[in-house]
Amino acid sequence: MEISSLKAWEMIEKLLNKEISAEEILSSHLARIEKVEKDINAFITIDRENAIKAAKRVDEKIANGENVGILAGLPVGLKDNIMTKDLRTTCASKMLENFIPPYDATVVRMIRNNDGIILGKTNMDEFAMGGSTETSYFGNTKNPRNLDIVPGGSSGGSAAAVAANEVPVSLGSDTGGSVRQPASYCGVVGLKPTYGMVSRYGVTPMSNSLDQIGTFARDVKDAYLMLKGISGFDPLDGTSSKKAGINFSLENANLKGLKIALPIEYRDLKVTGDEEIRLLFQDALSVFEREGAIIEYVSLPHLKYALETYYIISTAEVSTNLSRLDGIRYGYRTENYETLDELYTMSRTEAFGEETKRRIMMGTYALSAGYQDEHYKKALKVRTLIKNDYDKTFKDFDVILSLTSPILPFPFDSIVNSPVDMYKADLYTVPVNLAGLCAMSLPMGEVNNLPVGLQITGNRFQEEKIIKAGYAFEKVVK
Amino acid sequence: MGYKTLIGIEIHVELMTKKKMFCNCKNEFGGDANTHVCPVCLGLPGALPVMDKEALEFSIRAGLAFNSEIEKEVRTDRKNYFYPDLTKGYQISQADLPLCKGGHLDIEIEDKVKRINLDRIHIEEDTGKQLHTEDGVSLLDFNRCGVPLIEIVTKPDINSAEEARLFLEKLRSTIKYIGISDVRMEEGSLRCDVNINVIDDERKLKTKITEVKNLNSFRSVVKAIEFEENRHRELLDKGENTDNETRRWDETLNKTAIMRRKFGASDYRFANEGDLPLIKIEDSYLEEIKNNLPELPHEKKMRFISDYSLSHYDAEVLTGSRELALFFEESYKYVGDSKLLSNWIMGDVLRRLKEEDTQIDELSITPKDLATLILMVKDGKINTNTGKKVLKDMIDTGNSPEEIVKTQGLIQISDEVELEEIVKKTLDNNPQSIEDFKNGKDRAIGFLMGQIMKETKGKANPQMVNKMLLEKINLR
Repeated sequence: MEISSLKAWEMIEKLLNKEISAEEILSSHLARIEKVEKDINAFITIDRENAIKAAKRVDEKIANGENVGILAGLPVGLKDNIMTKDLRTTCASKMLENFIPPYDATVVRMIRNNDGIILGKTNMDEFAMGGSTETSYFGNTKNPRNLDIVPGGSSGGSAAAVAANEVPVSLGSDTGGSVRQPASYCGVVGLKPTYGMVSRYGVTPMSNSLDQIGTFARDVKDAYLMLKGISGFDPLDGTSSKKAGINFSLENANLKGLKIALPIEYRDLKVTGDEEIRLLFQDALSVFEREGAIIEYVSLPHLKYALETYYIISTAEVSTNLSRLDGIRYGYRTENYETLDELYTMSRTEAFGEETKRRIMMGTYALSAGYQDEHYKKALKVRTLIKNDYDKTFKDFDVILSLTSPILPFPFDSIVNSPVDMYKADLYTVPVNLAGLCAMSLPMGEVNNLPVGLQITGNRFQEEKIIKAGYAFEKVVK
Repeated sequence: MGYKTLIGIEIHVELMTKKKMFCNCKNEFGGDANTHVCPVCLGLPGALPVMDKEALEFSIRAGLAFNSEIEKEVRTDRKNYFYPDLTKGYQISQADLPLCKGGHLDIEIEDKVKRINLDRIHIEEDTGKQLHTEDGVSLLDFNRCGVPLIEIVTKPDINSAEEARLFLEKLRSTIKYIGISDVRMEEGSLRCDVNINVIDDERKLKTKITEVKNLNSFRSVVKAIEFEENRHRELLDKGENTDNETRRWDETLNKTAIMRRKFGASDYRFANEGDLPLIKIEDSYLEEIKNNLPELPHEKKMRFISDYSLSHYDAEVLTGSRELALFFEESYKYVGDSKLLSNWIMGDVLRRLKEEDTQIDELSITPKDLATLILMVKDGKINTNTGKKVLKDMIDTGNSPEEIVKTQGLIQISDEVELEEIVKKTLDNNPQSIEDFKNGKDRAIGFLMGQIMKETKGKANPQMVNKMLLEKINLR
């Protein structure tokens, strides 16, 4: 069996038992990349040289009998919006095509400190805006399960890289489902932690009140391991929580007595087609019930406003977060300018893609004088109502179950040109970000040979509940 | 004429915290361009701001000193606009909910107290600086990016250039008192913009508000207000009006000139600064800052009047700056005579400060040295005139009074034998004066005294010489 098809925790076990070396782990993945990357295009940049050096250092440490970190020898793929010192970080945009950051994001520092190995930077929708990775300036990433199908997005490269065994684990960012949805589409586990659980320092913001770094893995245990390696309070991030970090084990995880809520609002929604997805969801629910979980329908009345609320707040934040990309200090600068205004306008016009421009425009509108009261400010109020609905629900329930995506992974060019349809597919994922909760998508079966994800949502800093539930569920269905 | 001038002032004050507002860069004026910068203040993608505790505390101090109401939950907002010296494309500032609401500062004009009300004080970050070279190249220095600022906004309660000057001086001294800024206009740590219009109550007319920028000193504030006031009045006289516009003060031409027209309010598309969580201000924290607040100018003045039995006027002058007040109190410890001390400080010392347009803490003279000098005069070691010369030397050279008196041999001659000798010699040489005196011309004594001082290079003890002269002359 190839090393690259092992689970991350298996690799580490073998590494610590000296059955394999970090260099062997790495070369197995490099070989895999060599073989499949030309079809998948999961990466924008691969840093072979430094990865090899880092793997050698891990092997030296082990040979010297030194302690190694919990991610020892694991090759990690990073979404290309996570800053890596001296390694190009593009956000999949022409704007930052040649941007080389002078500093590491906190998560990158933590991976290095835990002896993980940064293998490369993965493809994504431009500035994390999109659900298919088709808005990337660096070409499409293919779904390893079917090369005609999108990998989802925006962290499509990170999901595909894990699904294709190019890396055992990877990081993405999740603003409205950008980790969970591609995980669902590629048939891997995607974990979006609570807002404040993982430092955002060094992660190019899309919508800073919604963004959170998440992990991709081939099973729940790997996702848990990775979260352990990257979570914790960070003084460099004002929104990082003192409660951040996890400290529990997966032993004895079971579903007995788990109180599960199902939002009525989702049951009553008429979502496009895909009846088979719903049947799969019913099957999953019966697994939970059989294992002793208690399932009840609850009402979260404001969920029906989640999409509109999300797209107002997120685009408003996008419009200000991307303002710094103005062609003055770094990034793309047009040659077609005479005045300062032209420098700004033309640089941004030439370097941003269509979806990015669309969202900047929408966000600028939502924040404009005369409009911000009925859009931005109202959305902030609705956001609080949604949060309150969840708070109420979690008083009586441990987790909420739903689909991750209402639709099956779709072919290229099918809906990327219908933005509203694309946005609607975020129905199940965006409320989680609005309320700052944690959620995980894990495979629950297939329809037409395409993977379908189950979403388990938990209250803020209740990662233990969703991870244990996911772990127990995964054991049963395998 | 029923004209009335309405003036509101916006004042930006750079806080002298150790660090910048949102990162760990040093907050320091000057330094080579772009040496006090990091990913945060350079606004690199992914870098995040974290509120500096000291900046928040300094801002609250200002609010307390100006009697504002301090917000219990501090929220920041993004003010969005594009400008090359703004690294993030937005400035972190405060929109609807400023840190400090209201407040006031009292000034004294024509022996009456006038209250100038504040609208608000809010916190924000400073931007970088642009330098334009003669060959058309623009250079950017980001050292100033992220330096903490407070913006103090008054109500339009100021009605004249003189009131504006008094207000700004009081404001500057208060800020210096509470130790949050060095408020140097020349270094830009205090900057102000003036909003002005004129109303005519009788005819129910008013001019449109103009904003004046580029004011580099209090003097230019006064001159710009006077200029604008006249301009507005003259237009009203002619039945015309001003435009809503921003004007700049031209120091060389002594006039304001249009910078840009204002078409409606600028749209800064304010949005929550979600990277900085709400900060809750606990009552206990507020109380702690309040208790650590130094004595404010008014309180200090009242204490000077009661503790040192000074006049209202003297106390006002001596507490005009925290440094001057401190200098007085330090010197007093040695001199122990408040009237004598205040005469020296308010006379020769302040005259010198005024001449050199400087501050007491920049003079090379210590309270102890001044006290020593005053005591030398009081004890008759040197006479008053010599004392004044010594003070000048002390300020010029930084030497101690003992040293100056010693090296220049200025010790007063109070030795009776020595003085008698000199008096005798002088009388011998001036028989005419003796005669004049005896004929009733009192000023002959003055002449003789002058001769003696000339002889002794001013060192003779004048009281002793006077007494001796009268005695001896009557014996002849």
